[in-house]
Amino acid sequence: MKKNQVYCEKTHRVPRWLRSLWRSKTGLIGLLIVLTVTICAVFAPYIAPYSPSEMHPVDMLVPPFFSEGGSTRYLLGTDNLGYDILSRIIYGARVSLLIGVLSVVVAGVIGTLLGLLAGYYGGILDGIIMRITDAFHSIPRTLLALVAVVLMNGSLVTIIIVIGVTGWITYARLIRSEVLSLRQREFVKAAITIGTPDWQIITRHILPNVFSSFVVVSTLAVASSIIAETSLSFLGLGINPPDISWGFMLSIGRNYLSSHWWVATWPGIALTVTVLGIMFLGNWLRDYLDPHNQGL
Amino acid sequence: MLRYFFKRVGQMIPVLLIITLIVFLLVNVAGDPTANMLPLDATEEDHEILREAMGLNRPILVQYVDYLGDMLKGDFGTSYRYSLPALDLAMERIPASLKLAGTALLFALILAIPLGIFSAQFANSPFDIVISGVSVLGRAMPNFWVGIMLILLFAVKLKWFPVSGSTGAISLVLPALTLAIQSASQIIPLVRSNMLTIMNEDYIRTARSKGLRESAVVCIHAFKNALVPVVTIVALELPGLIGGALITETVFAWPGLGQFLIQAINNKDMSVVQVCIFLIACITLAANLLADLVYCLIDPRIRYE
Repeated sequence: MKKNQVYCEKTHRVPRWLRSLWRSKTGLIGLLIVLTVTICAVFAPYIAPYSPSEMHPVDMLVPPFFSEGGSTRYLLGTDNLGYDILSRIIYGARVSLLIGVLSVVVAGVIGTLLGLLAGYYGGILDGIIMRITDAFHSIPRTLLALVAVVLMNGSLVTIIIVIGVTGWITYARLIRSEVLSLRQREFVKAAITIGTPDWQIITRHILPNVFSSFVVVSTLAVASSIIAETSLSFLGLGINPPDISWGFMLSIGRNYLSSHWWVATWPGIALTVTVLGIMFLGNWLRDYLDPHNQGL
Repeated sequence: MLRYFFKRVGQMIPVLLIITLIVFLLVNVAGDPTANMLPLDATEEDHEILREAMGLNRPILVQYVDYLGDMLKGDFGTSYRYSLPALDLAMERIPASLKLAGTALLFALILAIPLGIFSAQFANSPFDIVISGVSVLGRAMPNFWVGIMLILLFAVKLKWFPVSGSTGAISLVLPALTLAIQSASQIIPLVRSNMLTIMNEDYIRTARSKGLRESAVVCIHAFKNALVPVVTIVALELPGLIGGALITETVFAWPGLGQFLIQAINNKDMSVVQVCIFLIACITLAANLLADLVYCLIDPRIRYE
């Protein structure tokens, strides 16, 4: 007993989330990766060695510094137009994060709204909304996004909206199932019995209780939105020059595969590491926010 | 069982209707179907005449009902680029796509089932940790990049396989492997966790106490039961395989539905796009139905009422 108390006092100064993060090594790595990418995106002009639009016509397709013929002036080498790949990867984090986060906001708002309606009111509305999610589920997301972007002539805003609108079903299904089980709980039944208006039950009793699953799903959704954006850009239908996207860099690299491996390799690694970081962070959040683990 | 089957098929009809509505609205409201049909110097009047001729000036609901009617008659419109029925063009590409998806699924299962079982058998061993690390990585890598890296390694450096195209079975290996890596990374953790749960069941203890060899316990008693949820995930993977194949087919220039569809999207050949989306959605729905039915058949405890 006494031992326990000492232990509690000692760790008291460190907040619970930080202790939990420290214990979950992958969570910590995830957070570090996400922080690094965010810092790169925000402070790109200060971190990147060159401007992303600065061409070096003399130094086209220079290999990375550790390869034969490489130079430490361009750590990761240059591409076919003599752009410094490292600088462009750092700037590329901007588009990826911007689209990843904003499209998740779009998807979250639409999905949560429809999920609440379906779960709370049930009946025919639930039937209709669920059939719509089934329909969306049977069409690959990238495909729908591709067609929409081509038809609407993709600007950054269109791409964010399109990726958001094609990603709402995860939220709708999750929120609906949570609402269905919350509706059976005493505190919601009590609120209904004393005549609390629906919108108040939803905002006071239901939304706060779905919040933690919402956060977890959102984190993982950022990762899939980033992949969706790079897929579009890779096919030349998403972000186009002068904006910089890892997906577009990959599509250039693909043309130089046979002789210049680095052009396609680095943006892919940047993308994979970012997605991995977000996934790690999401998994840690899921464990952390799970009420069964509160004691830890 | 039969009643369940008909009930499920009945549920699919509204979903199919909604899919046609989504595709129809996307093409006719978000975009202008005449945009690419006329030369660049066509005047606004020319567009107006074309719209009138194509019946695009009628109320949108009337157009939709018309579109549905034509679809029921098997008329999915004409590709303006090839001047051939869009449905026929798309159907021509389906065998190649199914071949790719089937091979990929086969590869995925060959990889995932033994790895999943071994991971569970040696849970928390270095082997298990490496495999779970690799499967996390597999889920994080976008598959077009996996494809590019496989080309770089096996086609450019080692020269074992052709870079792209479809020259016999050998050119199928890399695209199928690309898709399989992603699916396998989803299936491995599932097989592993199922195996871990099952190995603690009573009937496994019984099998062991009968003095069966461990390999018999795992392969005969445990494996069969661990497979049940795998069936679902295989069916759920199918849309992912088709969606992923869109880009993978493009990367490897595999002449399937995906590559054809991407070309059609680039050309804004919208009748072809509509048919392809519709076909892909149908394949997905059929796969989901099949999964539920197989689920029912292999596990007698599951009954849908």
